[in-house]
Amino acid sequence: MGILEVKNVNKRFGGLQALGNVNLSVAENTVHAIIGPNGAGKSTLLNCLVGKLIPDTGSVMFDGKSVLGRKPFEINQMGISRVFQTPEIFGDLSVMENMLIPCFAKRDGGFSMHAIGSVDTEKDVVEKAKKMLEDMKLYDKRDMHASSMSRGDKRRLEIAMCLSQEPRLLLLDEPTAGMARADTNNTIDLLKQIKEERDITICIIEHDMHVVFSLAERITVLAQGTPLVEDTPDKIKGHPKVKEAYLGETQEV
Amino acid sequence: MLGLTKRDAGLLAIVAALCIFAPFILNPFPEGSGMAQFNAGYPDLMQRLVIFGIFAIGFNILFGLTGYLSFGHAAFLGVGSYAAIWMMKLLTMNVIPAIIISVLVAGLFSLLVGYISLRRSGIYFSILTLAFAQMSYALAYSVLTPITGGETGLQPKYTDPRILDGALEGGATPQANLFGLSMKSSTELNIGDWVFTFNAGYYIAAFVMLIAFYLSIRIFRSPFGMMLRAVKSNQQRMNYTGLNSKPYTLAAFVISGMYAGLAGGLLVAMDTQVGAERMFWTASGEVVIMTILGGAGTLIGPVLGAGLIKYMENIVSKINKTVLEQWFAFMPDGIEDLLVTLVYPFVGKGWHLTLGLVFMLVVIFLPGGLVEGGSRVGNMFRRKKTDTDTPAGKTTPAE
Repeated sequence: MGILEVKNVNKRFGGLQALGNVNLSVAENTVHAIIGPNGAGKSTLLNCLVGKLIPDTGSVMFDGKSVLGRKPFEINQMGISRVFQTPEIFGDLSVMENMLIPCFAKRDGGFSMHAIGSVDTEKDVVEKAKKMLEDMKLYDKRDMHASSMSRGDKRRLEIAMCLSQEPRLLLLDEPTAGMARADTNNTIDLLKQIKEERDITICIIEHDMHVVFSLAERITVLAQGTPLVEDTPDKIKGHPKVKEAYLGETQEV
Repeated sequence: MLGLTKRDAGLLAIVAALCIFAPFILNPFPEGSGMAQFNAGYPDLMQRLVIFGIFAIGFNILFGLTGYLSFGHAAFLGVGSYAAIWMMKLLTMNVIPAIIISVLVAGLFSLLVGYISLRRSGIYFSILTLAFAQMSYALAYSVLTPITGGETGLQPKYTDPRILDGALEGGATPQANLFGLSMKSSTELNIGDWVFTFNAGYYIAAFVMLIAFYLSIRIFRSPFGMMLRAVKSNQQRMNYTGLNSKPYTLAAFVISGMYAGLAGGLLVAMDTQVGAERMFWTASGEVVIMTILGGAGTLIGPVLGAGLIKYMENIVSKINKTVLEQWFAFMPDGIEDLLVTLVYPFVGKGWHLTLGLVFMLVVIFLPGGLVEGGSRVGNMFRRKKTDTDTPAGKTTPAE
């Protein structure tokens, strides 16, 4: 049993079958990549995992519990954190505050009424946020407005925010989209480091094959809403069905 | 001090000093001089300045922190006022029960309105709150006349039961008081040509405002306040960070509703009467303008905005044609008439025109309100002094 089990998931938008009978099993403490051409249903699948969409049929189990019908914040509290394609951070707040918010969410849950004591007096949370920023080499930027950071730093911050919640499953939606090569490589190194240092399962959706083959231990190829193959990176590289999905019909000579 | 940082404690001290010395600060001109009409140091106006300050501080907790723009906050002020006046009619003319009940009733009412309105965000939320406020106004004005007095409103009468106070002598007007100290009692101090008035009601209202301001600082600096700013900044990220944004916004809505109720209760404590017009939508709009004018999301901004608007409402509106003619009397006749004609539309009954212009200028040139203006001026001086290149003008979100 994997930590994440997706069974027979179907999702239809009007006449479009976005997901057709998707089965997926992500083993604990692995890096699992989901690839596929545009319109393959990768993002729809991800949205079904985090509670943004509800599948028409099928089940999504995380750690033996169903996530269906739960709100995104509840699923997050179960231990699934999501990194977005464009970094979603609190742009108007300082980097330190960005870091404090998930730390409070981890300690106090979905809602708590700490309306009188000052943030600074919550020593345990402040220390945790500081340490996380230091680990991520963002501590020098703690007083900056988060929105004024570079794209790469925003991505770093977003990943740090997700990690501070100590999730068991980290979902990344094209984490290097629109990044320069250097930033992409930094992100790969960062993810490798995270994998080494923590007990965490990473599920990554990616277009960039360089990223996929540097990180993934298992790869699922999705095409037209259905998984084509699932295998190790080496096997996927030369697989004829994958070539077909990406390049169209292979021509017989 | 009091669990505040040095900077916040300083801010609180400044506001406290302004409140204590307001009778002097607002009365800079000697009695009988031509400028005496600009004196704002009379009890009625000073009370309004601090009470609407409370209203705006509370509104800012919702609008400034979460970004949810309510267009119906006057309803909570009105409900608070009605609750307070009923306390005075039924229980006692002491202001304490009246003020407490006004906060509670407004809190409950805002819980109901907030629970429904917060199902939507953005413009739809604003429209829902506006609809609620207008319904409340209509109810108070007509349907609920037995409770609200309808068009005539409510005042305490000597025939009211007032269980705790005992019967008044026939024909006596009941006076709002704090354990016997009448809200209307004043002491006058004459220094030369100057007359300064110290009014009991004003100081009680100012004291309540200082508590309200202090609580708002604590809320701003608390984890809860940070979560409210997170709501404004990025609700998507918030939901994917395991936080339920709905109870946060609802809590902010109820807190600001309670502040509005407190302001309503104090209005009754100072001037024992209520009318439905207090809940009209222009009153809701006014607090929005106060907050934006002063600086939404800043601590001191709403107080400044409320002060400026109430000052203009009472002072600029008093300037009439005769006053203008006096001012421009030294000019040759033709030019005098021309100037009077030009300025006249902006004063007296036309004071809204001046307010509108000021509001436009602030929104266009100082989106952060008067507080941003202040910090820009401050930065200008600081840069001249130290001549270092500190990054220009962006105010910190919670000054």
